[in-house]
Amino acid sequence: MILLPGRPAGRSRASSQSRLSTAVVAVVVTAVSTGGGCGGSGQTAKSIGIDGSSTVAPLTEAAADLFREHNPGIQITVGTSGTGGGFEKFCRGETDISDASRSITQAEREACTRAGIDYVDFQVANDAVTVIVNKENAWATCLTAAQLRRIWDVRSPIENWNQVDPKFPDEPLLLFGPGTDSGTFDYFTSAINGKGGRSRTDYQASEDDNVIIAGVEGSRGGLGYIGYGYFEENTDRLRALAVDDGDGCVAPSVGSVQDGSYRPLARPLFIYVKRTSLARPALVDFVDYYVENSTAIARQALFIPLTSAQVAVNQKALADVVASGRPSTPAPGRS
Amino acid sequence: MTAEVEPPGRSVEYQIETVRGSIRDATFRLAMFFSIGVAIAALGTLLVQVFVDALPRLNLDLLTQFPASLPALAGARSAIIGSIWVIGATALFTIPLGVAAAIYMEVFADPRRWYNRMIEVNIQNLAAVPSIVYGILGLGLLARAAHLGQTVLTAALTLTLLVLPVVIIVSREAMRAIPSSIRDASLALGATEQQTVWRHTLPLAVPGIATGIILALSRAIGEAAPLLLLGGLAYVTFTPTGLDSRFTVLPIQIFNWVSRPQEEFRTLAAAAIVVLLALLLVMNSIAILIRNHYRRTW
Repeated sequence: MILLPGRPAGRSRASSQSRLSTAVVAVVVTAVSTGGGCGGSGQTAKSIGIDGSSTVAPLTEAAADLFREHNPGIQITVGTSGTGGGFEKFCRGETDISDASRSITQAEREACTRAGIDYVDFQVANDAVTVIVNKENAWATCLTAAQLRRIWDVRSPIENWNQVDPKFPDEPLLLFGPGTDSGTFDYFTSAINGKGGRSRTDYQASEDDNVIIAGVEGSRGGLGYIGYGYFEENTDRLRALAVDDGDGCVAPSVGSVQDGSYRPLARPLFIYVKRTSLARPALVDFVDYYVENSTAIARQALFIPLTSAQVAVNQKALADVVASGRPSTPAPGRS
Repeated sequence: MTAEVEPPGRSVEYQIETVRGSIRDATFRLAMFFSIGVAIAALGTLLVQVFVDALPRLNLDLLTQFPASLPALAGARSAIIGSIWVIGATALFTIPLGVAAAIYMEVFADPRRWYNRMIEVNIQNLAAVPSIVYGILGLGLLARAAHLGQTVLTAALTLTLLVLPVVIIVSREAMRAIPSSIRDASLALGATEQQTVWRHTLPLAVPGIATGIILALSRAIGEAAPLLLLGGLAYVTFTPTGLDSRFTVLPIQIFNWVSRPQEEFRTLAAAAIVVLLALLLVMNSIAILIRNHYRRTW
């Protein structure tokens, strides 16, 4: 064998090679092209990273929308890792603000302390965890907190409405609720069953409130719990139950939440702000805007606005933070 | 084949047998037709449903507006461009790595060596790992340990890991389908292994490799789970400016909108699904074009 590349092969070789490269380029170019845009990138002085509760996210997004109308240069990102997932990132220093549909737990607080993350919290809205039933349910209008506990407690044997109350008809009780990653689940179980996470497990669980709504809408004996905004958007498809905590039946509404009579299922929604981030003017401006306009923001995101007393607490907390620059006192944890 | 004209001298049993055969044949064909019908009907229903839901929001605003808290003002611009960025970067990483790995495995690796056999088994196993596991890997290794953060780069590298096994397997298949006589002829005429790969094996395998890559990328563009784990950003009001930008992608945006209380957001989600389908369709058309353009028959 004589090892000589044949002359005539040259043409076809070159053409097949160029054919190959055009193919590769075609694939890459089509995939990469388009793009561009405006603004900077990464975590800069002009960007604010937010993550946390998917319940609170619409509020924070509404705040960001309104804020950006006056401050178009600031990049705000909002993630929805859940309250727990958000705190995990927050206490690693990956975010500036954490959305939370419950207050921070002892374990999460310790994780933050270990990482040297100090924070200040603001209540940004009120929510009412709303117990919903099917439209055709004509028998139940009100349940006591004790009845709810009997229904939802660990290993509850209740499978029929007549086990909840003998006056109720013989109708299978079908339960729908959020999954264990949800802040709504944490809040409901701690308010009703006495301990966050304490719940029966044989119910249809979904992180998506719309799935819970569809489930209750589709079964006559259905019962579930969701955020107030989801109920308000679906009043034609569902009925909300009043809850009796010992002082009579109270239905969830803006008024009953604000005057404190809707117990024990009215809940506060928070943002937790990293103190060191407050050294950035953009962040102070944003938090200030969020706190000052919380009523408009809450309305836009279908939540129940703060009361004037709650607003006053926020304003004082914000004034303290701004006045002291970077204060050394630890944040007063709400619990 | 049915026997319509009776061949002379055939027995009655034979005729019964042919009739039975043709009935069986028809039944079988009907069953096959039914199977494909179920698949197409399901797809058709889904598409029609999504289009009907999406109709009120299929307008330019969807492409030009950023996400917003009021559904009337919201659009998917950052998600669309974010998806294109992430998939573009994924393609950049996947194509050279995947094809090079396939060439090594198919041409140079000695299958009798234990480590080559181990690599082969592992690649096949990796192709079956659920995507969320790659998300965990991306978050722990790339975003945190390697300090890449929750950026386009991290997302693209995670998706690269996700689709790489598929690209390698498909590329190897494409190269294996080339008649060995072509390779033998090239070697016999004095070309080195490397020259043979560059001038014959690879160019001839382009249709198969390109199809495999586009299908793999089509899978990647629809992935939400691993990227949700990486950062789960749903509200991004800027488009990426580089590999170090924060981002969102269409599947995450859709997921987020679907779970909103307002009905209008679900319309928006349906519209974003149509956009995602359109992107997929474009990618698949490119795959078909490339395949037809470079197809060879032997």
